[in-house]
Amino acid sequence: MNKKRRFKGGEIPTSSMADIAFLLLIFFLVTTTIDMDKGLGIILPAEGEELEIKKTNILNCLINSQGNVLLGGDPVALKDVNKEIRRRLAENDKLIISVKAHEKTKYGDYVSLIDQLKRANATRISIADAE
Amino acid sequence: MKLDRKVNISSDIPTASMPDIIFMLLIFFMVTTVLREYSGLDVELPKAKRIQKLKSKRHTAHIWLSKQGQISIEDKLIRSENIRHIMYSKRAADPQLTISIKADKAARMGLISDIHTELRKADALMLNYSSKTALD
Repeated sequence: MNKKRRFKGGEIPTSSMADIAFLLLIFFLVTTTIDMDKGLGIILPAEGEELEIKKTNILNCLINSQGNVLLGGDPVALKDVNKEIRRRLAENDKLIISVKAHEKTKYGDYVSLIDQLKRANATRISIADAE
Repeated sequence: MKLDRKVNISSDIPTASMPDIIFMLLIFFMVTTVLREYSGLDVELPKAKRIQKLKSKRHTAHIWLSKQGQISIEDKLIRSENIRHIMYSKRAADPQLTISIKADKAARMGLISDIHTELRKADALMLNYSSKTALD
């Protein structure tokens, strides 16, 4: 019984490899979402972390359900908050801005207020619970 | 005067290394791709100017809050009291976790405040109010 086979050279066809790679490439190109999530970053205080702060270093910033802002007792238009905060920060750089929002305040108004504070380069922002 | 010249330079683009180049691109996209995991709720994000990019998608957990006040995490509608349990386990698994709040601009602050309280209880303190870039 002679079952010897002659080896005829086994090759994997590589001519279509580029096409397969292209196909995979296009799949990943399409599924990749390049647009990163963007937003306003904020760090919450840890639970039970309460500090006593001098009253003169606190600026209360209240926002009501209509989106009106009260800055330390004076009404300020939302778009002017950034200038006003800048001015007050120049007077007292230890100033902490305490943001209090009414429970019915729209989130959009609140975000624009935080944005205004960020634009005034206020780093010390405290968020009080909604009342 | 004849200016005929015989050009003997071959004008082929070498294609032998093309699969290698494509594989390299392929591997780059495979490594950088993070498939979208959850579809979330339908929200209209607020607009802001001083916007930061989130550091990494891998270290981000999302909370969706719709106009009607529904809260959704990982495509499951949940009550605000249950946020702390979910976020506590996520936060324990990944200390670098940032919470991205995707809330509708017409959502009410009462609920956002509840979420804040829950996140503080879960010790997940890094927060990001997801918003779109405002023009002008």
